[in-house]
Amino acid sequence: MNLKRFRKMSPGGCRSLRGAAGLGAGLLGFAGGSFADSMSPNTSNGYNLPMGVTDISHEIYDLHMLVFWICVGIAVVVFGAMIYSLLRFRKSQGAIADTSMVHSTKVEIIWTVIPVIILVFMAVPAAETILKMEDTRNSELSIRVTGYQWKWQYQYLNDAEGIDYFSTLAQDSNFARQLHSGIDPRTVPNYLLSVDKPMVVPSGTKVRLLLTSMDVIHAWWIPDFGAKRDAIPGFINELWFKVTPGKEGIYRGQCAALCGRDHGFMPIVVDVRTPDDFKKWVVEQKAALNPPTLPAAAPAPAAAPEPVKTARLN
Amino acid sequence: MANAHEIAHDDHHDQPPSGIKRWLFATNHKDIGTMYLVFSLIMFFVGGAMAMVIRAELFQPGLQLVDPVLFNQMTTNHALVMIFGAVMPAFVGLANWMVPLQIGAPDMALPRMNNFSFWLLPFAFTILLSTFFVPGGAIAGGWTMYPPLVLQSGDSFPMLIFAVHLMGVSSIMGAINVIVTIMNMRTPGMTLLKMPIFCWAWLITAYLLIAVMPVLAGAVTMLLMDHFFKTSFFNAAGGGDPLMFEHVFWFFGHPEVYIMILPAFGIVSEIIPTFSRKPLFGATSMIYATASIGFLSFIVWGHHMFADGMPMAAQLFFMMSTMLIAVPTGVKVFNWTATMWRGSLSFEPPMLFAIGFLFMFTIGGFSGVMLAIVPADFQYQNSYFVVAHFHYVLVPGAVFAIMGAVYYWIPKWTGNMYNMTLAKTHFWLSTIFVNVLFFPQHFLGLAGMPRRVPDYAVQFSDWNMVSSIGGFGFGLVQILFAIAVIQCIRGGKKASAEVWNGARPVGLEWSIPSPAPYHSFTTPPVLEPAEVRRS
Repeated sequence: MNLKRFRKMSPGGCRSLRGAAGLGAGLLGFAGGSFADSMSPNTSNGYNLPMGVTDISHEIYDLHMLVFWICVGIAVVVFGAMIYSLLRFRKSQGAIADTSMVHSTKVEIIWTVIPVIILVFMAVPAAETILKMEDTRNSELSIRVTGYQWKWQYQYLNDAEGIDYFSTLAQDSNFARQLHSGIDPRTVPNYLLSVDKPMVVPSGTKVRLLLTSMDVIHAWWIPDFGAKRDAIPGFINELWFKVTPGKEGIYRGQCAALCGRDHGFMPIVVDVRTPDDFKKWVVEQKAALNPPTLPAAAPAPAAAPEPVKTARLN
Repeated sequence: MANAHEIAHDDHHDQPPSGIKRWLFATNHKDIGTMYLVFSLIMFFVGGAMAMVIRAELFQPGLQLVDPVLFNQMTTNHALVMIFGAVMPAFVGLANWMVPLQIGAPDMALPRMNNFSFWLLPFAFTILLSTFFVPGGAIAGGWTMYPPLVLQSGDSFPMLIFAVHLMGVSSIMGAINVIVTIMNMRTPGMTLLKMPIFCWAWLITAYLLIAVMPVLAGAVTMLLMDHFFKTSFFNAAGGGDPLMFEHVFWFFGHPEVYIMILPAFGIVSEIIPTFSRKPLFGATSMIYATASIGFLSFIVWGHHMFADGMPMAAQLFFMMSTMLIAVPTGVKVFNWTATMWRGSLSFEPPMLFAIGFLFMFTIGGFSGVMLAIVPADFQYQNSYFVVAHFHYVLVPGAVFAIMGAVYYWIPKWTGNMYNMTLAKTHFWLSTIFVNVLFFPQHFLGLAGMPRRVPDYAVQFSDWNMVSSIGGFGFGLVQILFAIAVIQCIRGGKKASAEVWNGARPVGLEWSIPSPAPYHSFTTPPVLEPAEVRRS
């Protein structure tokens, strides 16, 4: 199954991409990645929700399947009754209508009460999961995520304070996605789902994102984490995830709120590493920073709002 | 009642006025109903053409046909045209034709306002569609018009606001007309609980319209102020709140969803008993269920906004209230099924569309329950799963009901039967293609494809191609509908007064000849027991 294949394939793909990530060159990722990676950006089998790599994503998957099978059960009964009527009570088969059958309080009470019971049965586990999802206390790492038209800015807080960079669509995808580019997207690894510099987080750690936006509403979504939240100008939204240890790898998603021309072209990529590898990455990144006065100035031009030409949709 | 009759009598002519004046100055409910329906059909094809562009671009990964800006213009205007131009005017057209005929009234209560409410629409949509030719291009920020994105629009922005205002005014006047007609012009003896179920569904819809269209007008007016008069209703930098727009918009938007489905419920509740040759099962509980859905529609708007970051208590409240809607909706589905149970079913085109509605609307209902589950909604929200869900309730739901209604009542309007084989072909091909079109979109959404994107990662290619093929097929097949309707207007086998001889059509509309005379029920009809559905 695709799902299993992904789990085997993923670490290899991660290592190759990890080498490329620091250089911000998707083309290097192309050299190291394999076609199979581009077919499996998440743990979905292609027609169902991904099981994901966090406890929350597992709970969501289980809830989804629970509700799905309840719906299938109801569908079998209701559609069964409809199909039986369509086959059994045909005028062409000589069926005669029972015009006295107009109303039955007993039956109507039954088919009002039973759905209520089923709904309560679904609502209870859903409410339990909501309580967990909303509990952002005791996070170990916070990252401020800012949406722009059309890129993401990641500013690390806590022990990684000072790391601050933008994450945009990888160059090879960007070339291929132009109108009449003549490049077959199938030849581009992780087409539209790779970035120059992914977010890097440690596994087994409660990571809290603080989401906001500098222009319009965006939404940060990684299906494998069961994590989606809007980034809204003037608001700071919270979101947390904790990737199960052993599930290190690259996880991909996209902006999930229409944000203008290039809404479809601002992917989100998260590189999940072991806590030790993450610490090394933090040290490397801090070492790469210039003396303390300069970093504040350096990112500023990049952080400025988009130039005037994007002020209109056209 | 007598007063209304006298007013109608003053205006009495045996023949309609000739030429363009008949339509420009129309006050006859049948003429206005016809204009609404023709307008709606034209808009259905305009919006459909935009959908074809969308599906053509999504046929394979990469951008082949349109740039992302034009793509966003297509999705935005497809939604606006289909909602405000196709589905809503079709229901108003049906109400214009059928409400007076079903309650035994000579016309709508406010005929001149009726004329005005129709003639606003061509202007509204001329303004909306002409935005494709203004600097900055057409509106591309989504039909939901969320700020700050919509404020980035070019010259199309004030035109959008003005067009939305015109549509809103038109809808409000249409709704007032329906309410006043139903409340004042029922024939003697027709108490509210004896009124046909289609009129009931429309009465409740009309109250929803009056309640929420002004809310939309307020929301877009605040947008206009923010854009041109430097207010900060939704501008965070000025102390405003972009989320407030979403709350106000969806307070309109969710009842709007039911505005587009309650009349469909009414239609299906008329068609299924006729061709089951059996009274509607639990007719009174059907009315209460419709009213419950109408009430609940006002307290569920938050379910569009779970991913916006909502207090936990609000998430729980909106999840519970949304799930509650499944109860009255379930009652309706069970009642329709019970109506067919132990009936004597025949499968004329209207019945086929009603049965198609029953199955496929229920599928949309199931995905609706799934979407109500907040944790899972975080994965579904703004993905193709949502696109699949609302198209299932709107296309094989609302649109199938409208087509069923046309096939049900058009012999009464034109006096001619249509080509049954053509209509049945239209149904079967539509049903096949609509499922090929929308069912794979569930898979796409679950696998992680966001909506409103012009291009996608390659693992979404296969299902997108299947969906596009379904889309092209569905679009082409609708030409059969236009042919069937035009043929029926031009001629055909003469229809009897009862039209569906051998079936069990019940109601005053079947007591007058086919085609319905230009002026009907100039004196209030006496209600025969056979024309009353409930005792």
